[in-house]
Amino acid sequence: MSTFDDPFDSDRALSPAGCVCGKHRSESEHALATLALRCEPIESEEKRYEGVVASAVMRAIFPKDAARRAFLKSVGASTALAAISQFFPLKTATEAFAETGTPEKKDLKVGFIPITCATPIIMGAPLGFYAKHGLNVEVVKTAGWAVVRDKTINKEYDASHMLAPMPIAISLGLGAQAIPFAVPAIENINGQGITLAMKHKDRRDPKDWKGMKFAIPFDYSMHNYLLRYYLAEHGLDPDTDVQLRSVPPPEMVANLRADNIDGFLAPDNICQRAIYDGVGFMHILSKEIWDGHPCCSFAASREFITTSPNSFAAVTRAILDATAYASKAENRKRIAEAIAPANYINAPVTVLEQVLTGTYADGLGGIKTDPKRVDFDPFPWQSFAVWMLTQMKRWGQIKGDVDYKAIAEQVYLATGTRSAMAEMGLAAPESSYKSFAVMGKTFDPASPEDYLNSFKIRKSS
Amino acid sequence: MRDMTSSLSLRAAIISLALFLAFLGIWHLATRSNSAVASMSPEYAKLMGATATQGKSAMPGPLDVGAKLWEHLKRPFYDNGPNDKGLGIQLGYSIARVGLGYLLAVLVAIPLGFLIGMSPLISRALDPFIQVLKPISPLAWMPLALYTIKDSGLSAIFVIFICSVWPMLLNTAFGVASVRKEWINVARTLEVGTLRRAFTVILPAAAPTILTGMRISIGIAWLVIVAAEMLVGGTGIGYFVWNEWNNLSITNVIIAILLIGLVGMLLDQILARFTRMVTFPE
Repeated sequence: MSTFDDPFDSDRALSPAGCVCGKHRSESEHALATLALRCEPIESEEKRYEGVVASAVMRAIFPKDAARRAFLKSVGASTALAAISQFFPLKTATEAFAETGTPEKKDLKVGFIPITCATPIIMGAPLGFYAKHGLNVEVVKTAGWAVVRDKTINKEYDASHMLAPMPIAISLGLGAQAIPFAVPAIENINGQGITLAMKHKDRRDPKDWKGMKFAIPFDYSMHNYLLRYYLAEHGLDPDTDVQLRSVPPPEMVANLRADNIDGFLAPDNICQRAIYDGVGFMHILSKEIWDGHPCCSFAASREFITTSPNSFAAVTRAILDATAYASKAENRKRIAEAIAPANYINAPVTVLEQVLTGTYADGLGGIKTDPKRVDFDPFPWQSFAVWMLTQMKRWGQIKGDVDYKAIAEQVYLATGTRSAMAEMGLAAPESSYKSFAVMGKTFDPASPEDYLNSFKIRKSS
Repeated sequence: MRDMTSSLSLRAAIISLALFLAFLGIWHLATRSNSAVASMSPEYAKLMGATATQGKSAMPGPLDVGAKLWEHLKRPFYDNGPNDKGLGIQLGYSIARVGLGYLLAVLVAIPLGFLIGMSPLISRALDPFIQVLKPISPLAWMPLALYTIKDSGLSAIFVIFICSVWPMLLNTAFGVASVRKEWINVARTLEVGTLRRAFTVILPAAAPTILTGMRISIGIAWLVIVAAEMLVGGTGIGYFVWNEWNNLSITNVIIAILLIGLVGMLLDQILARFTRMVTFPE
């Protein structure tokens, strides 16, 4: 008997034979139920938990299925429920259960880099998403990606804001010792941009960019892969024709002003900040390279997940909740105000508003509107991880044979997130892989090697 | 004579003040709005910062800094959460870190310096290590410390320790080694024991040199803390500088620079006073 069955149904078959999920008597009933689930409104949270608790109590009183069946047959389901309620406080138990497993650790520390990619992680504190899920989370601003990585590995942080490829790199031991990390949620999609110094406003064709210096936030970043991809599609070899420098996001605007770099592919609010201060203009948004690309992730070590599974589940739910809230356009202004103070991002509200609402000054005197400039979708598609691995291999960060699927599935926890999202009533996709197009070229997650071999410009190994 | 010194210091003070005022004046003139403003529509201007819309210099003038400084001084101990605390609290964290790292350095450097100074053999044996370790920058130690100690707070303290230990060690060794031979010989003739000789003859004789080493070290420790805190973040005046740099708030960065200078001077003066206390005329 599964926890989610109706515990007061005496006719339920006891044999394990049935459908794949074990909840239904036959394959056809399973298919019907899944179909029904899709169109039916999701039952209330309370009701769902009540069934789970009652089931557990029935199982505790009648550990033998046959005895429980006999009892139900003789008194009837409603009498049984009434009888049990008399000596067992089902209501209270349900309430207690609705809070789900008590977190092993209530006070958590979560590191973040002050950029709008971290919006769900940051806003969870001022807007109370962590508190709602029974946690007391301190979000700690951190100086750079390498420090975030080291502090999370050191367990100073329980979980962290990381660039989407970082947990893969850490799990593989690239640039650090190999420690298994996992990603339960993507922070944001889109929301980056290529910003160039004002003096290049007439050099908009990337073919003319030979010899220019660009900044990227980190080697293992979507920014690095997207910029390299963009340059390579325009015939430039990012390793020989231009210079790419790893610069922490906050230092990028200062470097652009000082003429140390010609431009950057950076996270927002950095791009918008350069425009706000009149040092640069927006060449293109990253969504013009790949609409819907992931950027940052919420990551934790496997060790944290296994030692504090309830804390991990609670913090994941808080992030999913916050991400769902952030994905709604009408909430964006409120979020911008909540995350702007010195305690969080420490940036002018106007800048954050322009990033989050998508109505922004482009730096050349025009106002542009793109509500999807940055968007929030937490589902950790494993095909994202596969794509990142192809680019890691393309640019020589990893060598030899890569087991794309195994790594993607180990690091990107699509299955767990899917059930957490379903539990919370959020629509989660059925599959963990999807195909997408980067600059018009389709990526098929099923054949990553072919995809990789189709690129002419790559690091010769 | 007394008249002359007082008039000298008065004249020096006047020149200092004049220099300061001249500096403020030049600063004020240099940061006035000067760059031409591109014409832009009002809706567009609303989305842009003052630098772009009013041609305001990115560098704040002395008046901006003064106003901001007053704001900070009015509430030095506010606490808006883990990433935003008042300047007083930040300085407190930094001083505590420096104090701890420095104290550890004193505890190691002075006994070890004594040993090196008293024994030419150990002095020669340790010399290559000291010479190699001495010039290493704090920022170079940081990744190694974070990786091995696995705690950013302790790493910062370790970096202060490792950078401030060398001047003290070398000065102590030098001070101990150059105590006048006659004094030691006198002590020997009077059959004073080694331990007693170390404490009653060598220590007072070497004290001024040791204190000079300690004074150099506290300066270094205070230099290092800013760099270390910029890197590990969290709290401290170095973190404050980084956080304000993040927001490109040069005004706050200048205020922090001013305060770092003042605190550094204060620490140096305290050690200078101690040095004067142990100095003896020969």
